[in-house]
Amino acid sequence: MTRARPESSSTDAGGRRPSPAAPAARGDAPAAARDAARDAVDRIYREEWTRIVATLIRSTRDWDLAEDAAADAFVRAAERWPVEGVPDNPGAWLTTVARNRALDVLRRRGVEVDKVKEWMVMDEMRGPGAPTDPADLAAASISAASDIDDRLRLIFTCAHPALPIEARVALTLRAVGGLETPEIARAFLVPEATMAQRLVRAKRKIRNAGIPYRVPEGDELRRRLSGVLAVLMLVHNEGYLASSGDRLLRLDLQEEAIRLARLVAGLMPDEPEAAGLLALLLLQHARSAARVDAAGDLVPLDAQDRTTWNAAEIAEGLAVLDRLDHLDRLRVTGDAGMADAAAGAATGPYRLQAEIQREHARAARADDTDWAAIVGRYDALLELTPSPVIELNRAVAVGLAGHPQAGLDALDRLAASGALDRYHLLPAAQADLLRRLGRTDAAADRTRQAIALAPTEPERRFLERRLAELSSGPAPSDAR
Amino acid sequence: MRYVMFVATDTEPDRSGDEGIPVDQWVDENDARGTRIEGQRLQHVRDATLVRVRDGETIVTDGPFTESKEWIAGFDILECPDLDEAIEIASRHPMARGGRIELRPFWNGEEDE
Repeated sequence: MTRARPESSSTDAGGRRPSPAAPAARGDAPAAARDAARDAVDRIYREEWTRIVATLIRSTRDWDLAEDAAADAFVRAAERWPVEGVPDNPGAWLTTVARNRALDVLRRRGVEVDKVKEWMVMDEMRGPGAPTDPADLAAASISAASDIDDRLRLIFTCAHPALPIEARVALTLRAVGGLETPEIARAFLVPEATMAQRLVRAKRKIRNAGIPYRVPEGDELRRRLSGVLAVLMLVHNEGYLASSGDRLLRLDLQEEAIRLARLVAGLMPDEPEAAGLLALLLLQHARSAARVDAAGDLVPLDAQDRTTWNAAEIAEGLAVLDRLDHLDRLRVTGDAGMADAAAGAATGPYRLQAEIQREHARAARADDTDWAAIVGRYDALLELTPSPVIELNRAVAVGLAGHPQAGLDALDRLAASGALDRYHLLPAAQADLLRRLGRTDAAADRTRQAIALAPTEPERRFLERRLAELSSGPAPSDAR
Repeated sequence: MRYVMFVATDTEPDRSGDEGIPVDQWVDENDARGTRIEGQRLQHVRDATLVRVRDGETIVTDGPFTESKEWIAGFDILECPDLDEAIEIASRHPMARGGRIELRPFWNGEEDE
């Protein structure tokens, strides 16, 4: 393999995404056509970015070159499409421009470009949907079948377990998601230079340690897929609750996680956990507008205005889960002998968590929630991935399923175990069940304990309101 | 690619009771595959010697490592196409269970920052 030295390896150049406000190109195309062309560049940026970068990394093995060439192609599209019109196949146009740009750079570095072209052909021929005419490079590099493989290669490589976890997250957002380094740095509240160096080091390790650009096979595939999904979950969690208290919701990263999960689930339709994660993220995100009120305060699930939940996201999330249920039924009726194995593979932690969210999504009012069904899902979840946090959530569900004393007993056992000593939600959950049992003083005690442990300002304010309600009068006896 | 596979002890070995394959079988398998260039088990770390030259003076000590609970017990040199294959090979070594294994690629000639 030719070891091409990057032209500027000290920083992640990470070309600028063409802005719709970029200066208009020369020429006098009608303003409307120019606007339409800029919209077209914007619209296809994210999807085509992933395809182009993924393909170019495979053929050049040079991540920086792939990113720079892709960014360059979008800049040219932003210049030329407003003048010349949007090409019939914008993806193919961009791919060709990016590939030619990459070959130019390699030529200038003195790389034998013929060799690179040969790899392009040989790689294509090894993959599915190999072109019959090896000379037809353009057709080869835009062949849909090989593109799908390339994007998965990219996704799995970015999430390789030999990379530090922060690097996996950053690299996934940069290379797969097409976000720019400064955007990623802002989202994670780190200086831009820190994020740039994180990306540079990750790419260097991929090259130096010999991390392959490949989708794992066999048993390894499922193990590594759960690593990919864990990266997406981290992106989502980062957006869900900011670790510092000021901004509760960072919607960009949550939407990014959904977009990436949709991509992975679409590329791996036979993997229930990929679909499960997508459903989970959609159903949670659907409630984001209801989760915070106008004053920036937290609104708990049972007090949320359910009409403000995002209906489209709920519908998509429910449809993803319905499809999984449908596949289960096909498996069971198709081959009874295989049903058990299939069910084992089909029910993983993400799907179970999504099914818990489905119970909330289906309940028109908080009081309609089928808490017994939720307890059942938590039981299954505990079998797969035992954890004190899941035990806590299960105990809360037991309490809300009409057994507040049993739920409280479970919480007390958890508290005695010491496993969640610093976790504010444990005393908060105890307080809630104590309140429902009419034990107001004990509830106030636990709430104060929770306030002392609350990690964010909005959560602290929420608990303080709870405390004020407790002391302002007799506890309303709760019908649930 | 070539990797040095450092075989090290670990204070938290696997306790599942599954000892994996014997080390001789691991060596035979990888010699047959051509994935192991060579390898040696090393004498105990208490037999190690540290050598430093400071201000022109050669300083020889038994080193600070004799008290360490985690030390290199041996090494193998692997030849394989990529890290995933090296990981697969390393994971079959019995000391991946009894200890831990560090995979270090040979230097590729490029200076790090």
